[in-house]
Amino acid sequence: MNIPVYDLVIIGAGPAGMSAAATASSHGLKIVILDEQTAPGGQIYRSISNPAIADENILGADYYHGRSLLTAMRYANVDYLPGSIVWAVSPDLSISFSRAGKSSQIKAKKLLIATGAQERPVPFPGWTLPGVLTCGAAQILLKSSGLTPAAPLILAGSGPLLLLIAAQLNRAGVEIEAILDTTPKGRYLKSLRYLPAALRNLPLLIKGVGLLVELKRSGIRYVNNVSQLKALPGSNQLLSKLQYSVDNRIETSSCTTLLVHQGVVPNVQLTRALQLEHQWDELQQCWKPSLDSWGESSQAGIFVAGDSGGIAGARAAEYMGELTAQRIAQQLGKLNKESLLKQTAKAGRLLYQQQAIRPFLDAMYQPADEFLKPSDETLVCRCEEVTAGQIRGMVAQGCTGPNQTKAFSRAGMGPCQGRLCGLTVAQIIADERKVPVKDVGYYKIRSPIKPLTIGEIADLAE
Amino acid sequence: MPNALPFKRLTTNSTEWITVYIEGQPVKIRQGDSAAAAVLVAGLQPSRTTVVSGSGRAPYCMMGVCFECLLKIDGVENVQGCMTPACDGMQIVSQQQARQLNRTDFSDSDLSSANLSNKNLTDKKNEDPSV
Ligand code: FES
Repeated sequence: MNIPVYDLVIIGAGPAGMSAAATASSHGLKIVILDEQTAPGGQIYRSISNPAIADENILGADYYHGRSLLTAMRYANVDYLPGSIVWAVSPDLSISFSRAGKSSQIKAKKLLIATGAQERPVPFPGWTLPGVLTCGAAQILLKSSGLTPAAPLILAGSGPLLLLIAAQLNRAGVEIEAILDTTPKGRYLKSLRYLPAALRNLPLLIKGVGLLVELKRSGIRYVNNVSQLKALPGSNQLLSKLQYSVDNRIETSSCTTLLVHQGVVPNVQLTRALQLEHQWDELQQCWKPSLDSWGESSQAGIFVAGDSGGIAGARAAEYMGELTAQRIAQQLGKLNKESLLKQTAKAGRLLYQQQAIRPFLDAMYQPADEFLKPSDETLVCRCEEVTAGQIRGMVAQGCTGPNQTKAFSRAGMGPCQGRLCGLTVAQIIADERKVPVKDVGYYKIRSPIKPLTIGEIADLAE
Repeated sequence: MPNALPFKRLTTNSTEWITVYIEGQPVKIRQGDSAAAAVLVAGLQPSRTTVVSGSGRAPYCMMGVCFECLLKIDGVENVQGCMTPACDGMQIVSQQQARQLNRTDFSDSDLSSANLSNKNLTDKKNEDPSV
């Protein structure tokens, strides 16, 4: 079997992957992008090649900025393989993926992982009820299908995306019953010390304030200091009410759709499966791969750019993709160190400006404890239906890490492979044992990182 | 039968409209919608029931992370609906419990020793986790 060899294999076609491809191709590298989605854009610029919504004011200019990346990628000389699910990468950088039900293998001289972020799991009692979705899900439905959620609609959580999707739905004429802000009291004060650095990205700060003003003017009921979310079912197993506490009062609202959000975290499934070194980010409360300033991981030749390397947003991902691609080209002998520094100076400055605002946002929107270490009755593993209380019980019995609780309860063993419980389980265990999360660790992720059919595996043997 | 309140469509850029069948009922959707989106348009919620307790679930993340959108599509079980573009004539029904068979969960077995009989999927123990 002849395995095609590429100078650069990029996994993911979001802002980091798209800009890396364009940059790398300017050096004449042979490049392929393996993308899970059916079209480029990642989640942030989802469907940008074919936006569903006719009225461009609804999603706003930041979304359509993705078109410039798309154009650059289209002019570049890149093999783009949409609908490709990568399920294994071996140490010599042979990559196995399936596409349209068939498995293939390619080899990379350099690998760039640009698999982006996922939303942080938001466990609370009732979060598994049909009718509860993430804010990201609602945004994807808007971008790719022009679909809006059924009313009455409530948004609950914390973070910039919550405000953005609220504004977008409002512009689309969707009635929003209430926005319940779960940002804990005192966060504004706590984040103040990071404000001076954040001022380096004044345009983004101003945009944020603009969103708040827009929501205020819209007249949507905005409730601060909300805690103790509890979604309640009606007679038909579907979400029918949301209970919550505000100023020590318990309130209940009817709702058909509840959109939740507690920020985003790096998608570490692939970087974990590759056993790259990871570190715990205390401010962002999540794991991220350890990278040098060019995005190279603990394993030489494997790079990570964009939110999968640490949350910094779409623009930062774009600049990081460019920097990383330049570095890869240099390692492959396409330019010398001096021109590398020259050619990356501008992207470096822009990246720095984007990153400057993060600590402020991260301190402000760090999730409340009830979502990091949920109450005993809360399901933490949605797939295998394991509660926080069961995890605590296992710690009391002597389990010290997520791989042990997994062995005992199957938490993390279902189809999502721990994507929706890994962080929570580790934080509960750390909290019970009174040790830092980094001492507790994460699930051992093995290939295949996506479920496969037997036929797909058999293809490789041919 | 679809009975939940449906998601609503804004004015969209022109494209082709196709018909899928949700639990046998024809539903018009936009070319490019995923199977999971189609289910939300039809109001089929829950769209699956869980293996462990049989409780109802529906698409949650729409980006391939949570696996709550598993559906039976054109007779194939456990297809991830949000990652599957819908096509004209597609037959979509809710996924009832059955742990597996098409897309296999190998998450806890090594590929090198891949157990092709799906054994680790079918011998689900109902053990008390505190034991
Ligand atoms: S809805 Fe989460 S994986 Fe499809």
